[in-house]
Amino acid sequence: MSSYRDTSLKQVSARDTDWDGVRLHVVTGKGGTGKSTTAAALALALAAGGRRVLLTEVEGRQGIAQLFDCPPLPYEERKVAVAPDGGDVYALAVDPEEALLEYLQMFYNLRQAGRALTKLGVVDFATAIAPGLRDVLLTGKAAEAVRRRTGEVRSYDAVVMDAPPTGRIARFLNVNAEVAGLARVGPIHTHAEQVMKVIRSPETAVHFVTLLEEMPVQETVDGIEELRRLGLPAGGVVINMVRPSRLDKRTLDAAAKGRLDPAELALGLKAAGLEAGLDTSGDTVQALLDELADHATRINLERRERRKLARLGVPSYDLPLLPDGMDLGGLYRLAAQLRAQGAA
Amino acid sequence: MRTSGRNVQPAFGVDGLLDNRRIRIIVCCGSGGVGKTTTAAALGLRAAERGRDAVVLTVDPARRLAQSMGLRALDNTPRRVAGVEGPDGPGTGLHAMMLDMKRTFDEIVEAHADPHRAEQILANPFYQSLSSSFAGTQEYMAMEKLGQLRHSNAWDLIVVDTPPSRSALDFLDAPRRLGRFLDSRFLRLMSAPAKVGGKTYLRVLSAGMGVFTGVLTKVLGAQVLKDIQTFVTALDSIFGGFRERAEATYRLLQAPGTAFVVVAAPERDALREASYFVERLAEERMPLAGLVVNRVHRSKVPQLSAARSLAAAESLEEGGEHALATAALRLHGERMQLADRERRLRERFTSAHPAVPVAEVTAQPEDVHDLGGLRRIGSDMAASGRR
Repeated sequence: MSSYRDTSLKQVSARDTDWDGVRLHVVTGKGGTGKSTTAAALALALAAGGRRVLLTEVEGRQGIAQLFDCPPLPYEERKVAVAPDGGDVYALAVDPEEALLEYLQMFYNLRQAGRALTKLGVVDFATAIAPGLRDVLLTGKAAEAVRRRTGEVRSYDAVVMDAPPTGRIARFLNVNAEVAGLARVGPIHTHAEQVMKVIRSPETAVHFVTLLEEMPVQETVDGIEELRRLGLPAGGVVINMVRPSRLDKRTLDAAAKGRLDPAELALGLKAAGLEAGLDTSGDTVQALLDELADHATRINLERRERRKLARLGVPSYDLPLLPDGMDLGGLYRLAAQLRAQGAA
Repeated sequence: MRTSGRNVQPAFGVDGLLDNRRIRIIVCCGSGGVGKTTTAAALGLRAAERGRDAVVLTVDPARRLAQSMGLRALDNTPRRVAGVEGPDGPGTGLHAMMLDMKRTFDEIVEAHADPHRAEQILANPFYQSLSSSFAGTQEYMAMEKLGQLRHSNAWDLIVVDTPPSRSALDFLDAPRRLGRFLDSRFLRLMSAPAKVGGKTYLRVLSAGMGVFTGVLTKVLGAQVLKDIQTFVTALDSIFGGFRERAEATYRLLQAPGTAFVVVAAPERDALREASYFVERLAEERMPLAGLVVNRVHRSKVPQLSAARSLAAAESLEEGGEHALATAALRLHGERMQLADRERRLRERFTSAHPAVPVAEVTAQPEDVHDLGGLRRIGSDMAASGRR
């Protein structure tokens, strides 16, 4: 009995994450928070241990290619990385025009007519006049990949979508409402409903990437509230570019109040042998104290912002600031962090 | 203090720009999240306090920044910002407004169509989707509003914050894209059968048209197609107006009274976007005043390098004493590392664009919430030009 229980526990703990059962991970975030990087790291983390994951981008910026150091992606699912312990990350830059042609082919066998429509600017039309129509094509592609099977086996264990920024995410995902305003019945409406079924299901989670700064946190709070209002599945919060605090609580308080002892600091600088070429008594000490005070202000602000995020009641994950900037190695480090914290 | 003495990049003297009475429009552009709106607000405020009668047109400001200028709603009307006075005392100052995209669009329709037509257009579901969506319309309407403000001649300086598009270039292309779209063959085809009159708008005019509407009906459904056709037909009367306005605004951006300020943060992606934008402005013969790099980290002890500071912290740590100095040195070391990285990224930009004047704004530990914060940013930007 006990051995039976042990094995079952082991099987669960082998993949015991906060998002078991989620197969479509939508990643959003305010501009500049590292949304695309986080999406890529999450795809790597999910693929670890022999899984197949598809990473899609929908904004035509070829961000995936830049992150993975590969040439611009065509409209085709391509392997871009191998995850730790086996596992593959495939990538696709979803282009609305190609997605429309594919849709026409798949449902109506109308590829040629589709090309003619493209020439006439029908896709331009859809983009300009009714972003809902374009968005249903973009999200539809991800939903299709989630459901796709190769024979009996699912083609992908998970799909990660590098989605539009926080300010537009609810509208982007709520394609049904957008399209329903335009088409109350008809094929597009039916398609939108099917896509919506996937997005609203427990198989989907929308994750928010933020920094510990006021504006991105506010947008995250607003974004999650909006999703909840619309009945869309809010996922976790990824706090990106976290820098460790260098001060204990007492020093932090003193620094914030400007009550640190210059003499104590000066003594330490001397002990470190920093007198050569530095005025360790006056200006240098004051400047370093100012830097400590700045740091304390920032840490206090970060704590306030962290409390706001905690009140959302969703899992959160910290990703460190990589001091040397982002590269492929850094992406694997972030992926390892996400796994260690149970995001994947 | 100049953090980078290696190149001879010209400094961007913001005050020179703001004091130049021939400059009537300043456009702030850059990728999302780099502090464009804050820069626009700080420039407007500084201009007003230096004697310009300025208005700031913002598109999608953060709540607290909007509050700092006393803006509460998207009401499309420039409001006087309380607490700002020019050097000549009352009567001069700063105005600010938030763009109401849909309202602006509605106004264009009302101005160009007879009341009956206008009503038809405003009620159409496709019009409602187009006028309240974010893709392109916002850019177009920001430009439209800019044109209106300039035309009114009520301000001698207009500072515009561009919409938060994914790419800085969207904002230049969107108005033309919308103009092109409204003039496209597709729309012509859609509207042509309707002109036959009555309920015969689905009548097949040619074999090609038949296939075409057949496919559309299949994909969109007949009702949608009908809505589109009604919309297109109704809009037909104001096509010319749209196109003309888009072109006029584009020309306004090329005129000598306009200056572009490209905004970036010292990060790889933001500076790459800034690079594209600078090149694009040159191609379009649009006048670039300079680059503002926000959130730059500096130190007042630049002579204490990252390597030396971190090594000293490490040796103190081994001794186990002087916790305060250890923390201070580690913090300083990391700050210098960050500053070095930012400088390298900036140098990559400046070596590709050696003639572009650059101003830098020091990173603040907290966001801007009030006029005081905007003032500090303005003076930091201006001081950077004198460093």
